[in-house]
Amino acid sequence: MYLMRRIATRNARPLELLYLALGRVGLALAPALKLCGLERLERPAAWFESWSKGALFDCRMCGRCVLSKTGMTCPMNCPKQLRNGPCGGVRQNGNCEVQAEMKCVWVDAWAGAGRMHRGGRLATLMAPLDHRLKGSSAWLRSLAKRAGDGDAAR
Amino acid sequence: MSVHRVGFGDSYRPREGHVSGGRLERVLRSGRFAVTAELNPPDSADPDETYRRALVLSEVCDAINATDASGANCHMSSLGICALLKAAGYSAVMQISCRDRNRIAIQGDVLGAAALGVNNVLCLTGDSVEAGDQPGAKPVFDLDSISLLDTIRGMRDDGRFLSGRAIKTPPRLFLGAASNPFAPPFDYRPERLAKKIAAGAQFIQTQYCFDVPRLRSFMSEVRDMGLHESCFILVGVGPLASSRAARWMRANVPGVHIPDAVIARLEGAADEKREGKQLCIDLIQEIREIDGVRGVHVMAYRQEELVNDIIHQSGVLKNRAPSIRAAGVTPKTEAN
Repeated sequence: MYLMRRIATRNARPLELLYLALGRVGLALAPALKLCGLERLERPAAWFESWSKGALFDCRMCGRCVLSKTGMTCPMNCPKQLRNGPCGGVRQNGNCEVQAEMKCVWVDAWAGAGRMHRGGRLATLMAPLDHRLKGSSAWLRSLAKRAGDGDAAR
Repeated sequence: MSVHRVGFGDSYRPREGHVSGGRLERVLRSGRFAVTAELNPPDSADPDETYRRALVLSEVCDAINATDASGANCHMSSLGICALLKAAGYSAVMQISCRDRNRIAIQGDVLGAAALGVNNVLCLTGDSVEAGDQPGAKPVFDLDSISLLDTIRGMRDDGRFLSGRAIKTPPRLFLGAASNPFAPPFDYRPERLAKKIAAGAQFIQTQYCFDVPRLRSFMSEVRDMGLHESCFILVGVGPLASSRAARWMRANVPGVHIPDAVIARLEGAADEKREGKQLCIDLIQEIREIDGVRGVHVMAYRQEELVNDIIHQSGVLKNRAPSIRAAGVTPKTEAN
């Protein structure tokens, strides 16, 4: 919902803290999750992610979540689905070139990033999406990767 | 063919420290004030339509931009125009928009363009399909302007496609990107420019500038960040045909910002078209004085015939070798 996602952007800082906390909990649970089998968890995880992030951010389940690098604003709500910043068509009132009634996603992302501890991550260069990942759980994949990195470090 | 002058500066081998053999890169790196101009693509399969438009631009610019269905209106393709321009010896900037083609098509076109002798590409996101004459079309946006820059840089510098597969002879291309200092969020625009440079942009062509104070504040931030030293910035300009045309552009062309004062100046003039041309000359003279601006990019929509006069009267080419400017003289290959 448009209103909810704008509220989320305005609360980018507490949401960022929540995200960091959830990340830590996830990492702590990683061995148990691995025991269950990550493949078996894929469907419930994707369902939960779609439900929670859908309600908060209008998440489109691109499968490669970048919320924490885009001011807690889902860039997939941009009609051009731009993941590296705003196009040049933003209206003088800050609204979208395509949907005149909607605030540009990147105007919100810029404001959200300004409120965050790690807002500077907005400058990260985002690779093009892998369209095969659409609909899958980005959280689970990120968790598996981070847990794997941790194992490798040990 | 004394008329085909623009391309005579392109050479096959890049000079030391250059990425392309193109005239545009050479002019910019030598510290000269560069001029590029946009060719309005024809709705025609007749090559002469393209050549007629190129001819009137050719005397005064270092490269001609071939637009890629700008405004999401269908015209002759940028690759097609580039092929025609190169066949006649002109320098070209191939514009690539992410709206109509996916990463497979775009990378193939880049190789094709380089093989045709194109030295410059301009990486754009592209206007939305809703802005154009076929709003029901499927928008692609598989890449965005920044991932496009990064992709082509990888093809050129690493000799690899996005997939990692090797390219036998990599394309030699001078990489460009657009910037719009006149669209919100204003304080984000210099950061976005920095990101484009980090992704590989070497020259920048901006959106139309009608608001010099806004450009000044943008350029001041750009200088503070040192970005003017890592890319060549060409500011977009163009003559407005009338106050009516200006109002229409402001309302209908995405990203174009025209202050009320500009429209008032046109309305107050006896001959609006002439005033529009004079305004463009005045803007160029103001813009060239801004520290860090390295050239202008003229977009004269349906008024290409004015570009030659505008550039000459603005005086930006005054210190160029006369062989480039004088009509009917064939310049030497190394004129620049």
